[in-house]
Amino acid sequence: MYKVGNVPEVDASFLALPRHELAEAALQRARDLGATFAEFRLERIRSESIALRDSLLESASDDEDLGLAVRVIHDGTWGFAAGVALTTDEAVQVAEQAVNMAQVARPINAEPIELADEPVYDDVSWVSSYEIDPFSVPRAEKVALLTDYSDRLLKADGVAHVSVHVASVHECKFYANTEGTSYTQQRVRIGPDITAYAVDNETGRFDSMSSCVPPAGRGWEYLTGTGWNWDEELAEMPGWLAEKMTAPAVEAGSYDLVIDPSNLWLTIHESIGHATELDRALGYEANYAGTSFATTDKLNTLKYGSPVMHVTGDRTAEHGLSTVGYDDEGVAGQQWDLVKDGTLVGYQVDRRMAKVNEDLLGTPRSNGCAYADSSGHIPIQRMANVSLRPAPDGPSTEELISRVKNGIYIVGDKSWSIDMQRYNFQFTGQRFYKITDGKLDGQLRDVAYQATTTDFWGSMEAVGGPQTYVLGGALNCGKAQPGQSGAVSHGCPSALFRSVRILNTTQEAGR
Amino acid sequence: MTTAIQLTPQDTIERGLDLAAAEGADGCVVIVAETSSANLRWANNTLTTNGAMRGSSVTVIATVGAGEGTAAGVVGRSSATDTSLGDLVSAAVATARGSSPAEDARPLVDGSVGADWAAEPEETSVSVYEKFAPALGETLKRAGKESRWLYGFADHEVTTLYLGSSAGLRLRQALPRGFVSETGKSGDLSQSAWVGAATRDFADIDPFALDTELNRRLGWASRTVSVDAGRHPTILPPAAVADLMTYLFWQLDGREAFEGRSVFSTPSGGTRIGDALSSQPVNLLSDPQLPGLETFPFAVARSSGGASSVFDNGLTLSATDWIRGGKLEHLMTSRHTADLIGAPAASPGIDNYVLSVDGASGSTDDLVAGVEHGLLLTCLWYIRMVDPQTSLLTGLTRDGVYLVENGEVTGAVNNFRFNESPVDLLARFSAAGATVPSFSREWGDYFSRTATPPLLVPDFNMSSVSQAS
Repeated sequence: MYKVGNVPEVDASFLALPRHELAEAALQRARDLGATFAEFRLERIRSESIALRDSLLESASDDEDLGLAVRVIHDGTWGFAAGVALTTDEAVQVAEQAVNMAQVARPINAEPIELADEPVYDDVSWVSSYEIDPFSVPRAEKVALLTDYSDRLLKADGVAHVSVHVASVHECKFYANTEGTSYTQQRVRIGPDITAYAVDNETGRFDSMSSCVPPAGRGWEYLTGTGWNWDEELAEMPGWLAEKMTAPAVEAGSYDLVIDPSNLWLTIHESIGHATELDRALGYEANYAGTSFATTDKLNTLKYGSPVMHVTGDRTAEHGLSTVGYDDEGVAGQQWDLVKDGTLVGYQVDRRMAKVNEDLLGTPRSNGCAYADSSGHIPIQRMANVSLRPAPDGPSTEELISRVKNGIYIVGDKSWSIDMQRYNFQFTGQRFYKITDGKLDGQLRDVAYQATTTDFWGSMEAVGGPQTYVLGGALNCGKAQPGQSGAVSHGCPSALFRSVRILNTTQEAGR
Repeated sequence: MTTAIQLTPQDTIERGLDLAAAEGADGCVVIVAETSSANLRWANNTLTTNGAMRGSSVTVIATVGAGEGTAAGVVGRSSATDTSLGDLVSAAVATARGSSPAEDARPLVDGSVGADWAAEPEETSVSVYEKFAPALGETLKRAGKESRWLYGFADHEVTTLYLGSSAGLRLRQALPRGFVSETGKSGDLSQSAWVGAATRDFADIDPFALDTELNRRLGWASRTVSVDAGRHPTILPPAAVADLMTYLFWQLDGREAFEGRSVFSTPSGGTRIGDALSSQPVNLLSDPQLPGLETFPFAVARSSGGASSVFDNGLTLSATDWIRGGKLEHLMTSRHTADLIGAPAASPGIDNYVLSVDGASGSTDDLVAGVEHGLLLTCLWYIRMVDPQTSLLTGLTRDGVYLVENGEVTGAVNNFRFNESPVDLLARFSAAGATVPSFSREWGDYFSRTATPPLLVPDFNMSSVSQAS
């Protein structure tokens, strides 16, 4: 039977694991060895990947990652270790390895680790909002539905190939620390990806059209029509692709843009989401993911964008990919401002950064952004759901388009890239419609937009109303060393930007 | 409390194959991977995180007859005990029975028992840093005294892979893999430099030497010059060449080319195998036995795709010329996709590559010496596909772009966004140096077994200036 209902419960099979016994053994051993703080995680992550190619099943895999981890503060230094056997002997051994790691690392640690205070949550539980556990649906039933979606596209004129991929994740976590907090948490997420391809055998030109469906903190019901209108989009995609294949190339230059939420979420992710991570602003990611132009000396003064820009961080939005009851340091999910009236006013932090920067941030509490993507990895500061607020009673997308004399309406995400301090970015999309005198005037091809973050957000003249708001997102945001993958959502309305640089990508290739 | 017994990799495989046969599977492959790793990470001249991790995975691939074909079921778990292995195998067999025939179905690869099959998994631990960590600590202190900032990461892992099949294969391979990557910044954070290197055991990594090189590069930034966007003569050191060519390497998918969806497709259908990509004697080779770049010598596929197939597990990997003398020789294929595109045999992907230019010699510094006016890069970052038709990539320069005047580095310049195609670059470079082991800044954390030459490109397309420093 499917698990159906708005308030699912934590899986009984996870609850049956010896969570508390393992935690007690590990935390006690850490205390005995002199740790001043220790935390324990037991995580079980089930993941499924189904891929179809031209309506045939190409691959399907079902994986489960189950393990435990201990992180300690010993002599003011972090130590972390992880293992896979669910025995008290293993839990004790992993605690010993974590302390040993702290001892080895002590000579290169110059700053004693302290953590911001957080209330104690005693044996609480939290489950994300979904209806049907994807792992309760028979594989054959899933493949049959995806085959039907593929067939609908393949039978259309001009569609040469179709690829379908669906990733599903079911994440169970038990956390306990030496302060007395313990919780059990279950989250479900799903990410469909459907792309149609066209090939012109005379010219060799090829192109693609992908569904704009974002990944979401939902269950299998998402694939059957709850939260996304598949029938409508699948019917439209072949026509959109055919028009794109014969569309005229864009003339490089400066254009006004109306950007659909299906594209703008990614620009928010890269130019605001990552830029307001305090670990980046402090330099922790300087050797890998990069730093941020939004440094702490600019807090409350940096004009990030125009006055209509209001961006929040949250770990509470329903169906948000970064939504949690509690983070991986035992901090409860919250919502807060990052950019208000166009000014930088906040960061995303974990408990260590909150403690060190208490005066700067004006609060002694972490906003709950610690996350590890599995028991085998260290919790680091990861992104909350970072979202641009719509304007109450704001305009529709059509009204925004009507304000543009010569511009482009951009729908869907595709290529993305931004520099190591989050200044210079370049994005493409799925569809680009020329806007002439306030009306859509057919598709263009070979379009990319390129800008500097504060210039771009400063050029945002208007944001759409709540009726244009969509929660987009990604399953696979990468960060840290060793690399970790994070899922995060970004909500936004349609928005109007003035005078943004547009490239012709074929010309960029020197053709 | 559980009383389950953890099985050895060999027992897991033998029992798993027996269980699959008992469940009525026609064939079965069991893959066990045992991994241990240890890492250190630092920023702002102090440690930030560290860890010692152990992991394992068991993947069961069961095959059953399905209509006129064969279906596969793939199920993986992070470990299997004597009590949980049965459930894992049953799930794989049930999944196969619930699946439609696999397009890539082929007879499982047969073979025999490898000589080292009975050996235990190899391991690493934090002790790999016994000499490295104290020396690193000294460099962090030295940087602090000299008002510089250091940020970096050191990682070492050992993976031991066991693969057994109902067709008789019993293969084992242990592989160490490690790297260090370090960024140096001036006290005011206005200048940045980077060094990185791959290693198998950290015995060859000297933190003092890394720090000295970072210092040399930061010294180049004592003079700063603004340079506009545009097409510039540009020297790509081996790391930057690896940044770009790894992306090209991943595009060598035979099926996508055959279907007309790749830069390696011909307009009239079919692939560009046999076409000249460059008029210069460029070679791109993979070989599991390359000294210093050794990797798994047999195919390991936990899912099927354009260039891989779960039915090909255990297939022997041998030296493959992807490009030879500037001509495209092979694209990556499974046995199934090789048949599809008319290739004589499968050429699966291999986890390393060497890019070389016949007759090229000398170092990056030698290329610098021959340039009258141009740019010297350090590495590239955030590289993404813009247009697969031309293989146009975008990305940015990072942590050090330098001005070259009359054969010498004379200062540091601003960063740029580039838009370039690595396929086009193979046709446009004007000079090359000797191939050396390289470490890609963008991909090295995951794909570190590369060797590349430095290249001089006469007209590298810097699309705009980046304010990042």
